[in-house]
Amino acid sequence: MAEFKAGDMVLDVDEDGFIQEPDKWNEKVAAALASGEGVDSLTENHWKVVNYLRDYYLKFGVAPMIRKLCKDTGFKLNEIYELFPSGPAKGACKVAGLPKPTGCV
Amino acid sequence: MAEGPKFDQIAYYTHDDLLKFDYRPPATGWMDIPANLRPGTWIYPGKPKHLEYLDLPNPRAWSPADEDWKLPENWKEIVSNGIRERLDKYRSFRVFMDICVRCGACADKCHFYIGGGDPKNMPVLRAELLRSVYRNDFTTAGKTLGRLAGGRPLTVGVIKEWFHYFFQCTECRRCSVFCPYGIDTAEITMMGRELLGLLGIYVNWIIEPAANCFRTGNHLGIQPHGLKDTLSFFADDIEEATGVRIDVPMNKKGAEILFVTPSGDFLADPGIYTCMGYLILFHELGLNYTWSTYASEGGNFGLFTSHEMIKRLNAKIYAEAKRLNVKWVLGGECGHMWRVLHQYMDTMNGPADHLQVPVSPITGTRFEHARSTKMIHIMEFTADLIKHGKLKLDPSRNDRLRVTFHDSCNTARAMGILEEPRYVLKNVCNSFFDMPENTIREKTFCCGGGAGLGTDENMEMRLRGGLPRGNAVQYVHERHGVNRLAAMCAIDRATLSTVCEYWAPKVKVMGIHELVANALVMKGEKKRELNLRLQPVDETEE
Repeated sequence: MAEFKAGDMVLDVDEDGFIQEPDKWNEKVAAALASGEGVDSLTENHWKVVNYLRDYYLKFGVAPMIRKLCKDTGFKLNEIYELFPSGPAKGACKVAGLPKPTGCV
Repeated sequence: MAEGPKFDQIAYYTHDDLLKFDYRPPATGWMDIPANLRPGTWIYPGKPKHLEYLDLPNPRAWSPADEDWKLPENWKEIVSNGIRERLDKYRSFRVFMDICVRCGACADKCHFYIGGGDPKNMPVLRAELLRSVYRNDFTTAGKTLGRLAGGRPLTVGVIKEWFHYFFQCTECRRCSVFCPYGIDTAEITMMGRELLGLLGIYVNWIIEPAANCFRTGNHLGIQPHGLKDTLSFFADDIEEATGVRIDVPMNKKGAEILFVTPSGDFLADPGIYTCMGYLILFHELGLNYTWSTYASEGGNFGLFTSHEMIKRLNAKIYAEAKRLNVKWVLGGECGHMWRVLHQYMDTMNGPADHLQVPVSPITGTRFEHARSTKMIHIMEFTADLIKHGKLKLDPSRNDRLRVTFHDSCNTARAMGILEEPRYVLKNVCNSFFDMPENTIREKTFCCGGGAGLGTDENMEMRLRGGLPRGNAVQYVHERHGVNRLAAMCAIDRATLSTVCEYWAPKVKVMGIHELVANALVMKGEKKRELNLRLQPVDETEE
């Protein structure tokens, strides 16, 4: 398994760079993951998305549907892409430390 | 990102590069060409934690790119015993190993062969990868004459080749339609994957959903409160679009019907709109039905793993039907789940004597053909409603859409549902155009990402496998201005969105019940100015 360094922390990540132990996520990890996704600094709007995803994940154990993310944060899909160029799943969810959704998706 | 597109993104692949192949076979014999495992053509292996969760053998971290796949020490014995056991257990397997005369009728029927030109994707040769080992070790001719009799010894190279090509088959069975002997090549792939599984060789895109499903009831790992939240969210959007507040009955004991759909409909665009379509239809009918947070998955990635796994994952459907004391089961717009439900469920998990032969409470139609499984497809149910004039429909609400239909492999070839979706579509929209004859109905082309291959790291093969379908979609786009591809399968809705984006970029994908719900005139509805995507209904397509 590949490893990812965030400051003095070393995290296991899968082939796509998703962290494998969501419990080890923190804001520094998010910033480090974001820089790998073309996000140089996390602004207030980035945090709004990341914190929403994080809260949803802690409550439900999975990622929300993108439509719900957009509706609840007030960002349109293209605005999410502007914030996270690699998109809501491979960008925003990864930064928020969520696992990658699998199945008929 | 600065470094440009990667192999798991469609922008990485140019049409010119992908189409640079020819169908002439190489000069070297096929047995002497090792599998070329390049990125974009294989799927990440199953993570150890998922194998452990399912009690599967040899959980470990490994990669197909590694030289050493960390196989068990006695791997050869395991595979050999596995073949023997399956030859004894499945008569079809033995027959399919023996009867192929290599006529080649199937050779050019596979979407992966058409879109890639690799001779080992000719179904006859893909089967030969396993058949050659069978001949060598299990037939007198092969044991005596070896290669002269078409046999070859089992080696690690053979195992790697099996992995490469049995995960370049979507078990779609188009080739079987053309086989004069009726060999079901999907079953050969299934056997190949079972044998690989004995060594702990699984792909994560299949085994993680299977583990999730075993734990939570669905592939995505949605828990009961999450499903409730999701369906309530749909109800809010439905109210915004229609002005009607609908009920979402969950885990309702004594309901007449249990409804089960693939969990992709709870998360993925555009499947979520199909799901809203079911909710609207059932509300309008006043149907006495229920969703279940336990049987919360119609799909079954066990089908892509092993027969044992199919059975384990599918058991919840009858169990929940019994617990809730429903009369029969209705299933949503899914493809592969219907191969399981229609062809395996009654013998694997039945007999379901606690259920009754499905009867539509609205029309009184008795679905006699489902008397053994007690489960029917929603397209049969809805077509019957329309046939009996039970739905008030205004197809003009879908007038901005010019629609074609993709027959999903399993509903078409494993069930024969060919007319119902077309009948429904022609009643809910005014502009419907079929794709060319050789690409639809029982000869339909796969989306290229079925059987658990719909993940991004496999993008080159998905685009290659999607070429024949994408080409036919582009044809009706150019000829008839088609801008929507309707499909009644969750994998299709996900994978064809990518295929269309690449090969037919003006065409978007949607489920059939989204179109049904847009056209359905509801009691008490407000003027429908928004569709289910909350876009203005009169907005023209780009």
